[in-house]
Amino acid sequence: MATSSQGILDLLSPYPPGWGGVLLTGAASTVAISAGAFLIGLLLGTGGALGKLSGIRPLRLLLELYTTTVRAVPELILIVGLYYAGMDGLNRLLAALSLPAFELNGFAVAVAVLGFVQGAYMTEVLRGAILAIPVGQIEAAKAFGMGPQLRFRRIILPALLPNALPGLANLWMSVTKDSALVAVVGYQELALATRLAGASTKHYFIFFLASAFIYLALTLVSNALFNLLERRVRRGQPKLA
Amino acid sequence: MTFSWISAYWPLLLTGAWQTLSLLAISVVFGFIIAIGLAFAQVSGGPILRTLARGYCTFFRGTPLLIQLWLLYYGVGSLLPVIPGIRQSLFWPILREGFFFAAVSFTLNYAAYEAEVLRGALLAVPKGELEAGRAFGMRPFTLTRRIWLPRAIRIALPTIGGEIVMQLKATPLAFTVTVMDLYAVATKVRQDTLLVYEPLVVVTVFYLIITAIIARSFRFLEAQVPVRR
Repeated sequence: MATSSQGILDLLSPYPPGWGGVLLTGAASTVAISAGAFLIGLLLGTGGALGKLSGIRPLRLLLELYTTTVRAVPELILIVGLYYAGMDGLNRLLAALSLPAFELNGFAVAVAVLGFVQGAYMTEVLRGAILAIPVGQIEAAKAFGMGPQLRFRRIILPALLPNALPGLANLWMSVTKDSALVAVVGYQELALATRLAGASTKHYFIFFLASAFIYLALTLVSNALFNLLERRVRRGQPKLA
Repeated sequence: MTFSWISAYWPLLLTGAWQTLSLLAISVVFGFIIAIGLAFAQVSGGPILRTLARGYCTFFRGTPLLIQLWLLYYGVGSLLPVIPGIRQSLFWPILREGFFFAAVSFTLNYAAYEAEVLRGALLAVPKGELEAGRAFGMRPFTLTRRIWLPRAIRIALPTIGGEIVMQLKATPLAFTVTVMDLYAVATKVRQDTLLVYEPLVVVTVFYLIITAIIARSFRFLEAQVPVRR
């Protein structure tokens, strides 16, 4: 390689001649997008799981359509398709209400689109987790006269968490990685920031390696956090031999 | 919705579909071979081999495929011409193509995920069956070839089907490195005809059909191997 190690440090330094700052800002927006999408997915997923288990037939069929299509279509196509469909739909709605059209903020679109995708996967994870709760526990809650809301908060939620957490952890990992796809529709997060840094310095290899390690660090840290969380929600459960 | 453009673009769509499917086939076949090595390194390798294989899997599973693809295409691709004589060599026409880089990065990525699946499956093979093989006087290699690996693959079969579908869904990324796959063809059609959704719908239907075929063939494959419950 032509560059000395000093050169690499200069390139990655966080202050303007170096590109480290750009990469770190990109990483921060990657985390922000992922967290937003994860939360939206969690809301959609909870609604979806409860809807699928509710036994209302049209609702169930609708949710079935949502989860199967989202899970069968490549993420990139979903993101590109929803990106345009979302923009288009919103502007048509605004036109119908005779409001001026506007360009959506890229961050909001990225979060909404990835959240929509996450929601489909979360629906399945949460549905499975609810189904894995022993029926007796819910029956006991009913026998004590708990209403549906209280039952959900006190019994179902704490009982489903240990079942759902591994799946949720996987989904978090996949959304941090899927957020890189937003680069393709042009929103600047870590992947696009890296490409920018590479293109303007021609040191593609160093920058992509650096951003790969940022993603890796993100994965390893969240892995550790999810392990702690799982230990917490599993407290009091009997250990397997 | 207008689909009249298909008549003009179908040869391009076909070549695109062919590129997508060959990327899938190449990465699954070669990735699986690498994965077998990685899985055995983790299960029965020495400490150095084990750490290396672990590190490989952690790296490739912990970073986005898009970054790996760009690292190879832009990063390694920009370093390659430095090697003296490579431009004159026989391999240059291949090394110049985005397809080569896409195939390599998809293969390495698939290998990491598949190795993890196989590692679990190798550990799940009942000990008694391996002991029976040893009692028959099988050498370690024969034991692996005849009992350990086939049993592990049988155990992993449903997961492998899922992994292949995941790999299929990753293939459109190749268009970012100038591969003319089906998705890239759809993007070209969108630019030419100014249709926003129709080309995406066609690509989606293609992916749904391939997913269904993969799922069906794995159900068929699973039914071929009797399993005692």
